[in-house]
Amino acid sequence: MNTVKEFALQQTKAQQKSNLAQRHLIENIAFGVLWAAGAVAVLVLIAVVAYVLSEGAQVIDWEFLTTRPKGGLSGEGGMSTTIVATFYLVVLTIIIAAPLGIGAGIYLVEYAGEMQGSSGLQATVVSIIRFGVETLAGVPSIIFGLFGYALFVTTMGFGFSMISAALAGACLVLPVIIRTTEEALLTVPRSYREGSLALGTTQWQTIWKVVLPAALPGVITGIILSVGRIISETAVFYVTLGGSYHMPPSPIFHPKEFLSSGGRTMALHLYYLANDTAAFDKAMGTGAVLVISIVLINLAINYFTNRIDKKLRGL
Amino acid sequence: MEIKYIIDRFIKYVLLIMALLSVFILFLIAVFTFREGLPAFQEIGWREFTLGTVWRPGQEQYGILAMIAGSVLVTLGAIVIGVPFALGCAIFLAEIAPDNVRKIVRPAIELLAGIPSVVYGLVGMVVLVPVIRKIPAPGNSGFGLLSASIVLAVMILPTITNIAEDAIRAVPRSYREGSLSLGSTHWQTIVNVIIPAARSGIIAGIILGVGRALGETMAMIMVIGNSVVVPSPLNDNPLTIFLRQARTLTGNIAVEIGYATGVHESALFATGVVLFGLIIVINSIARVLMHQRS
Repeated sequence: MNTVKEFALQQTKAQQKSNLAQRHLIENIAFGVLWAAGAVAVLVLIAVVAYVLSEGAQVIDWEFLTTRPKGGLSGEGGMSTTIVATFYLVVLTIIIAAPLGIGAGIYLVEYAGEMQGSSGLQATVVSIIRFGVETLAGVPSIIFGLFGYALFVTTMGFGFSMISAALAGACLVLPVIIRTTEEALLTVPRSYREGSLALGTTQWQTIWKVVLPAALPGVITGIILSVGRIISETAVFYVTLGGSYHMPPSPIFHPKEFLSSGGRTMALHLYYLANDTAAFDKAMGTGAVLVISIVLINLAINYFTNRIDKKLRGL
Repeated sequence: MEIKYIIDRFIKYVLLIMALLSVFILFLIAVFTFREGLPAFQEIGWREFTLGTVWRPGQEQYGILAMIAGSVLVTLGAIVIGVPFALGCAIFLAEIAPDNVRKIVRPAIELLAGIPSVVYGLVGMVVLVPVIRKIPAPGNSGFGLLSASIVLAVMILPTITNIAEDAIRAVPRSYREGSLSLGSTHWQTIVNVIIPAARSGIIAGIILGVGRALGETMAMIMVIGNSVVVPSPLNDNPLTIFLRQARTLTGNIAVEIGYATGVHESALFATGVVLFGLIIVINSIARVLMHQRS
């Protein structure tokens, strides 16, 4: 009797042990797979970036960066005008979108925030605005393109031009700027506002002199993020900017001609080279410049985000 | 009243108008796309337009079933390839990656999200398409749904990973501790407790990934081949349907809008209406799921 009991006990002990070993084995296999997933994500990135940079390095030189594209099916020439056009378009789009996006973000956090929980017209308005921002953020870029084409290019008669493209692009990045501004404002401690208001300032004075300066790194992050979006965006500008590879007129000396001139961004240039010509080497060169710009932008964003982190931790 | 209070009130209303602008833009987008697309719907008819299999603008035949099929299939392919991978990354980042590894993988995934779609398209054309072309099947050109699905899988990875990781991190610590204290391993805790608890957030991430996949344009044009025929398998193996060239709804708009006029142009806007409708439905589902979580 005793031996039977002992035997049974040993059995279950052995079972338990083997069960644990088995469970650890499964865990190790599963964690191995998860490590592999993380590693593959990094490897895909390295592969794409390294491939584009190494292929691009073969055509990128001073001449490639400073000569104009010659057009035609062979994709002759460099990419100088596309760098200039991208720069102009980024600046113009941000000039339009940044004040509107930051303003909307301020309203949603500083003015709409105090109505939280209250019902009535204002609360309804705020929830409609939130719905609008969220939905707008999910609209595919080609729809922004179609909209820009219908409204700015044809109905308003701006044609394929910088101003049409910048207006359509501004609609695209508006939700990005609103969201990052909101997040930045929410990190500013309540005590800042209370301290300022207690000194007898109006709400706007508090926002302008105290809250906004404190939230500035976050707001700048949002703008840099938008710059990245505009540099990478192709679909919207494909249907609003035309695609002329000529040098855009100077925005300072000929503002009117500048706004109504068509153009070609770097991303568009890459698309035209890859799809309409056989100049894959030049497309890679353009791609490499694009990738470098995006890497720099991400570094800048990380820099500002770290600054915010440090500030929040009181360093 | 002092002048500063007048300014204060004035600015408040200016900011309100700025905030309302998003709603106004959304409204304008809906109105303009519908207005321009309406003649096509009237001329062609809703059924004929969405279920018609022939797209021949030269002969006034406008059916976008091929493009709907293309968009759905390429999205399906991207989900099948990309989701396991994206969720793996999310679990890895949220649960098991040591801090210093996370500091490398996180920014890498963010950068993956930032790389322009034309660059993905170009790499797809130059690297991926020649590889796919080697698959032996009659009429396989390398361009097609499979190449496009792989490119798209990489492009939607950051979206899904980010949202899923947030959802996993939001699971209360006590759930984890309760499960571990019952003697389950970390992996058992992840599978049986954490993932079920984070379910709605994870699903929301996948749905947003679907929305992103349906909306992608330029990279798709570059690798999918842009054929306007409803995709079908190349031989007896039904999976060879993914080697077929196709066209997405987005690609249909972008490729033809430059030269389209009249009913043709209107039909492209109508394509936009279909796409817009699809995306709104998908994103609304994701939003409901995400709010459920909080």
